[in-house]
Amino acid sequence: MKPAGKSRWESLYFTYPKFSAPNRAGLAKSSSVTIVGAGPIGMIAALTLARYGIACTLIDAKDSFNDGSRAICVARSSFNAFQMLDRVEPFLAKSLPYLSGRTFFRGQQILEFFMPDSAEERYRPMYNIEQQYIEQYLYDGIAETDLIDMRWQTECIHVSQNADGVTLTLRDPNGDYQIHSDWLLAADGARSAIRGMMGLRLQGQNFEGRYVIADIQMHNPVKVERFALFDPDQRPGSTVLVHQQPDNIWRIDYQISDDMDETEAMDEANIRQAVSQVLAECGYDAPWELEWWSTYSANTLLLERYRHGRVFFIGDSAHIVPIFGVRGLNNGILDGINIGWKLAYVIKGWARDALLDSYDHERRQATLDVFDKSEKSTQFMTPRTRGYSIMRDAALSLALDHEFASAFANPRNMTPYEYTDSPLTGADTTSWDDATTATPGAAAPNAIKGSGFLLDECGMHFTLLAFGSVNGLEDISTDLVKIIHLPVNGAAEACHAAEIYDAKDGAAYLLRPDQFIASRWQDAHGSTIMADINRILSGGVTPGEPHV
Amino acid sequence: MSEMSMETVYTALAEGIDRHGPEKSDMFLAKVCLLLAEELGNAERSLELIEAAQMNMKEMRQPAG
Repeated sequence: MKPAGKSRWESLYFTYPKFSAPNRAGLAKSSSVTIVGAGPIGMIAALTLARYGIACTLIDAKDSFNDGSRAICVARSSFNAFQMLDRVEPFLAKSLPYLSGRTFFRGQQILEFFMPDSAEERYRPMYNIEQQYIEQYLYDGIAETDLIDMRWQTECIHVSQNADGVTLTLRDPNGDYQIHSDWLLAADGARSAIRGMMGLRLQGQNFEGRYVIADIQMHNPVKVERFALFDPDQRPGSTVLVHQQPDNIWRIDYQISDDMDETEAMDEANIRQAVSQVLAECGYDAPWELEWWSTYSANTLLLERYRHGRVFFIGDSAHIVPIFGVRGLNNGILDGINIGWKLAYVIKGWARDALLDSYDHERRQATLDVFDKSEKSTQFMTPRTRGYSIMRDAALSLALDHEFASAFANPRNMTPYEYTDSPLTGADTTSWDDATTATPGAAAPNAIKGSGFLLDECGMHFTLLAFGSVNGLEDISTDLVKIIHLPVNGAAEACHAAEIYDAKDGAAYLLRPDQFIASRWQDAHGSTIMADINRILSGGVTPGEPHV
Repeated sequence: MSEMSMETVYTALAEGIDRHGPEKSDMFLAKVCLLLAEELGNAERSLELIEAAQMNMKEMRQPAG
């Protein structure tokens, strides 16, 4: 919502573009992939496909970007994704990186937490940036390529599929028409029309807590960090989160009490009063302007399957996760990257259809992991039962004097889910040092290399990290893998990859195109590696073996 | 004890309180305390911790209507 007298598209900091409906000529031509929904996740999927030379049609019912700042916390894993898509520069120029946060109980600091970071990482653990910029920067990439046929003001009003493809009826202000597509990605958000037309329903829990998010503009140049206020004196009984964003925009996030109705909570005077109370608590007494506000509730909902034949659900259309822990956007981006490379590989004929089933497996498990993690955060931020409420009060009270208790207030922000039990992940055949985070299924750790970083050198296909001299590399008879040779005497070469990967001479790590670790070997041989690549391209089944 | 294990204990206590309701949750928590004290096997330390628990008896206030 916007302050009285301001239209939806008037903003203190962002100029919304207006996109026209497409020209009529050539609209009905069929495309390999159609993506419904040009939010961040649909655009990530389109850009990923384009990276492999796959053309797609991307449609969106709106005539501009989403209004309001929405998802503002962007994790390191998403910056790695932006880099893969050659879009990271504008994000780095605009976003506010941060490493830490502080939590207060009744005005007293009970916790300062630091997110994991090191010089071996190219990106910081977290950045704040308004969602309009995220959409703008991704869209700029879309506008640059001829491979993405972007159609604004276009909604899908009917969808059907058979073994050969998907047929969609599209509607824009100039009329209706049909298109055929081999594959459909439904990236049309929490209220997905595709999901509804296919008769599918999200399953899970609708939690009762409701929250307001309000953005204000104020000039308050302080260190960027995340603040959580439990029971602040100026607003007793409330739990408040405060985030700084670019353009002097600040996000204030608070729960609405159960007995307040939504209209009342969203009333501008009440929003202004709540913001004033929070600012008074923070000791800020200079002028500020109200920009935008909205509400949300903490849900854990997902589809039973993310793949339905030739249709894949990605992002919020497949799953709705609670806000605490910033996993909605960041996990959606991993959905888009995951389906993007797999679909490209199948369309190009490099991999079997079964590879696409692993999208469903990996990203659904990732959502369930998010539910598990965010459940803990949600029960601390806004307990739903007397038991959790008493425990939260006990922890906050103890945290005033006892450090151990403040750990309960740590938000444990998003880290990528590890595909440990994915059919694509190869089991270790020898034992490795438990201390390394470079385990099969995990996102590949980065390392300083030369004047840049190890992951900068990954191509769009598989990457083999070959440590020292790996035997039989001539047996790798495919162009779908790039070999990076790494020294094992890391310190001397100023590259610590061998330490980070616990790798001795002759070891190798196989990274997937999305830079997750597929498999690793201590005494690697090219023929074993080649067999493993073929196993992955078959969707995790060794060719010739029956699918269990 | 790792943070993860501590969270498991936290969750078990929260769910125990809910399971026994307002009528019996005090008794449930008292039993947990006695069992932990027995396990600790140190009356002096137990009394110190009972004293510590009585500091800062602050809970989240009710939101103003």
